[in-house]
Amino acid sequence: MSYEGSFRVWRGDDDAGGLVDYQVEVNDGEVVLDVIHRLQATQAPDLAVRWNCKAGKCGSCSAEVNGRPRLLCMTRMSTFSPDEVVTVTPLRTFPVLRDLVTDVSFNYEKAREIPAFEPPKGVAPGDYRMAQVDVGRSQEFRKCIECFLCQDVCHVIRDHEQNKPAFAGPRFFIRIAELDMHPLDTREGRAEAAQDEHGLGLCNITKCCTEVCPEGIKITDNGIIPMKERVVDRKYDPLVWLGSKIFRRQT
Amino acid sequence: MTSTVPASGVAAPGRARIGQGTLRSDRWWLQPLLVFLGLTAFVVYGLVRTASQSYYFVPAYQYLSPFASPCVSASCVPGSSHLGVWFGTFPPMIPLAIVTLPLLLGFRLSCYYYRKAYYRSFWLSPPACAVPEPRAGYTGETRFPLIVQNVHRYFFSFALLISALNTYDAVKAFQSPSGFGFGLGNVIMVVNVALLWGYTLGCHSCRHITAGRINHFSRHPVRYWLWQRVSWLSARHMQFAWITLGTLVLTDAYIALVSAGVIDDLRFVG
Amino acid sequence: MSDVERHAYDCLVIGAGGAGLRAAIEARERGLRTAIICKSLFGKAHTVMAEGGIAASMGNVNSRDSWEVHFRDTMRGGKFLNNPRMAELHAKEAPQRVWELETYGALFDRTPDGRISQRNFGGHEYPRLAHVGDRTGLELIRTLQQKIVSLQQADGRESGDLDARLRVFAEVTVTDLLTEEGRISGAFAYYRESGRFVVFEAPAVILATGGICKSFKVTSNSWEYTGDGQALALRAGAALVNMEFVQFHPTGMVWPPSVKGILVTESVRGDGGVLRNSEGRRFMFDYVPDVFRGQYAESEDEADRWYEDPDNNKRPPELLPRDEVARAINSEVKEGRGTPHGGVFLDVSTRLPADEIVRRLPSMYHQFKELADVDITAEPMEVGPTCHYVMGGVEVDADTAATAVPGLFAAGEVAGGLHGSNRLGGNSLSDLLVFGKRAGDGAADYVSSLPQTRPQVRDEDVEHAAQTALAPFAAPTLGAFENPYTIHTELQQTMNDLVGIIRRESEMIEALQRLSKLEARERDVVVEGHRQFNPGWHLALDLRNMLLVSRCIAMAALERTESRGGHTREDHPDMDARWRDVNLVCRFDDKGEVVLQREMLPAIRPELLALFERSELTKYLTEDELSRLSPLDPEAGR
Repeated sequence: MSYEGSFRVWRGDDDAGGLVDYQVEVNDGEVVLDVIHRLQATQAPDLAVRWNCKAGKCGSCSAEVNGRPRLLCMTRMSTFSPDEVVTVTPLRTFPVLRDLVTDVSFNYEKAREIPAFEPPKGVAPGDYRMAQVDVGRSQEFRKCIECFLCQDVCHVIRDHEQNKPAFAGPRFFIRIAELDMHPLDTREGRAEAAQDEHGLGLCNITKCCTEVCPEGIKITDNGIIPMKERVVDRKYDPLVWLGSKIFRRQT
Repeated sequence: MTSTVPASGVAAPGRARIGQGTLRSDRWWLQPLLVFLGLTAFVVYGLVRTASQSYYFVPAYQYLSPFASPCVSASCVPGSSHLGVWFGTFPPMIPLAIVTLPLLLGFRLSCYYYRKAYYRSFWLSPPACAVPEPRAGYTGETRFPLIVQNVHRYFFSFALLISALNTYDAVKAFQSPSGFGFGLGNVIMVVNVALLWGYTLGCHSCRHITAGRINHFSRHPVRYWLWQRVSWLSARHMQFAWITLGTLVLTDAYIALVSAGVIDDLRFVG
Repeated sequence: MSDVERHAYDCLVIGAGGAGLRAAIEARERGLRTAIICKSLFGKAHTVMAEGGIAASMGNVNSRDSWEVHFRDTMRGGKFLNNPRMAELHAKEAPQRVWELETYGALFDRTPDGRISQRNFGGHEYPRLAHVGDRTGLELIRTLQQKIVSLQQADGRESGDLDARLRVFAEVTVTDLLTEEGRISGAFAYYRESGRFVVFEAPAVILATGGICKSFKVTSNSWEYTGDGQALALRAGAALVNMEFVQFHPTGMVWPPSVKGILVTESVRGDGGVLRNSEGRRFMFDYVPDVFRGQYAESEDEADRWYEDPDNNKRPPELLPRDEVARAINSEVKEGRGTPHGGVFLDVSTRLPADEIVRRLPSMYHQFKELADVDITAEPMEVGPTCHYVMGGVEVDADTAATAVPGLFAAGEVAGGLHGSNRLGGNSLSDLLVFGKRAGDGAADYVSSLPQTRPQVRDEDVEHAAQTALAPFAAPTLGAFENPYTIHTELQQTMNDLVGIIRRESEMIEALQRLSKLEARERDVVVEGHRQFNPGWHLALDLRNMLLVSRCIAMAALERTESRGGHTREDHPDMDARWRDVNLVCRFDDKGEVVLQREMLPAIRPELLALFERSELTKYLTEDELSRLSPLDPEAGR
């Protein structure tokens, strides 16, 4: 089955731009990215779009379809009716470069602000022993494909440019959570840093990050909220603070 | 729900110039609206009922409404003070369960689920995903008063005690003038209490306390087992949050109707 | 062109997949100021697509495993055409490279005693693949990416500049390597985002650009895999080896058309999935070749027992090396026993409980659900061969990864030799790590051996590279305007149809003729728009690389008159021992023509040959080689 679909694609750069209407063939079983590629090959050879694996594994083709942050390669055309106009725009939280391509360097800068894994001293490579139940939580966060849809949808920076310097964003909160829950990481103070340096307190757990995650990572329930609780342990709970001073509890 | 776009957001310099704040074409406003109506309705019901100071107890069967438990003032009707009388007479409009209601309110207000619900539907921050919020400034939970949300775990410990009290109330209600007995009111109370436990134990702070805070589950098998159970409840926290609002209202309303003599309790034994 | 942006480094790594990142880590740790060029964003390289795992004989699941067994499996899989030194180093060093990843923060799935879990895979005698569910490639790339960040953080603490010694240039494409007197002096590139040119001055360049499969129509590769590294190396004076060996992964998705080619991991078969034709028959039992007889189960019962008790049963034939399975599927479909969409059924739904499937193969479950609307826990998948990997590549020294061009190194898929005529699943990720590290070391040794004055970038070379890169914006003086997308589509169709999984002499001659025509048309390509993030222009620049590499593949495939591994000739269906030690090497001659030459494969050292039983060696070696072997090493006659 094939039909002529109506598309509105944002074309432009950081100076100017707007939605441009296209009529383009849509075939059975296609995803939005296929249609964008057909546009490139037939009507708009210089239409800029970022993509790589086309299988939902690399997280390159992030954009917004009908106003919702989506991977273009994972948005099936069958989810729209043939007479529906499909609007495709670039991510709206980051500066646009051209057409559907945005400058996502914000995320790479934030990545460099998160202190890396600190391996245990005196454990030789090959001698690491970790139980599966102990790595399961961090493994969930390592499923992240860095599509940055969670960063894009998060209203803390989407609606408030001024928060960008202070806010690492959901992707990097689960990075911190992954390291803080890593059974062999030896760095102290990750939770405190999450609050003081990476803006965990700005999150009001409205869960849009979890809603858009194409990997189904429970960003809020399994990452952000547990980190908020760990922050409470270290910063806002006098009893736990006292207990840890007295017993130097090992976790 | 307004859709003005502050220039600090999607209209900020450098971002794609699109004009509309959101291009969402679905009914994104429906969910925040329903949540708004649902929570408002509960609050209004609760205020009216607690302020009325009436029809909260059925002496014959010892049915005590959770809105009035524990009833510890001299204003309480005879027999309803399961924990004794601690205070003198309350003036009108003061809730009889003044000891617990603020704590329960605090528990639900600082709950990680309800926070999401009211931030979205009352404060529009944001009203829905990828829909701009109407205000230019935003500081999240970094300052007073919202930084106080971090005390959620203390409210949780009180909520545990209150759940125990509700359980006590439910058990004590297996009575009739002739001794042991139970009716539809008991069924409602037990179901309500069970669901309240489901809500209370599914609390994210509870999940943290059981084992969320430790990094080596393998060294703490019992805590890990508990964590898995709590995690199951926690993943359904939203459902429990709404269902228990419903069962609280149902329990209170049923007791009120029986107490006022509008209906008779459907008795199975006694 | 003196105004073009310039950066000077000790070492330039082109490619940011597993090999490139591992090489960059090593180069930086050896003290080289290093730059990494990514064609796409940092962390998006095709390594993320690897699902199954990293092959390394750690022996965590079966303690009988050892580097010798891994070496043996690799040689068998490659049909003894592997560079034996590379296969040896690879098997020996892979465990160390995997363990190292844990010190960078990787979190592999664990065994009950807390070590790295290992899974079964086609062609591997023991469970050998370290894995994380079926997203091992993602774990690998993320781990290396995060290690690079950690090195940058260390540099930041020391010097205040995170980029002081290791810098990532994302969305930059190299179009030419620059040389002075035959030695590497740097590279010419453009920013995809702005179209601006940039010159990197560096005495050492490590190629880690991956594969070539974007020249084929049905492929698991993304747009990046256009043979850039192979073409850059050729033009700089290096040689390509074994290019006729292209691996068609047996199980790519065949439906819907938009995802045709996307990979279905081999773990599906390792975890119990079976292949059936439209008649419901497990046809792989009919396709066990002579060289593997005795190593694979002959009945379904035995095959099924193997999953539970691998020590006392032979493995199912679904786990034969990839070339065998791909050919078998191809034959079944050709003989009319295929599925409605031209594949065969891969069924795991009747073999494992649904929740087990979701747990073991989460991203496959996800992929079929999201992309094809198929629930693999309830119905079989439809699969068919897809162009996946090129065994051949830049000819390198096994120990240092150095090419024939001083200062030029190559590692990973872009390099040739390790895998011989066919790569085993799981050996790719280990290849990236082992030879990525060795390339970093090789570059460090080379740079420290250089005299004070390094090879210089010449202005005329920069000028020339810029002109070449801008050519597609200028209308040709004669001839029609050509659209790069059209030429690309025709190239893919040509390679798929004429130099694909089954090859014939006449078709490859035709392919070469068509390639000549496409090369001529490529010179008339015109692109619209301007230089800022213009995909039409990017494709136009990649086209010449694809055409050049495709020519090498077709020439070598025409020349090799036998069938071996990833090269199947309908007109020469058997493996011929006389071809066993012959490498076909592609390079530019003095007149600038692409030529093909024969070279002898390095001999397999006697102690390595002794790892095989003589009865097995007779399947591969010539009478002559065998007769020379026995007096030297009676052990080999066990």
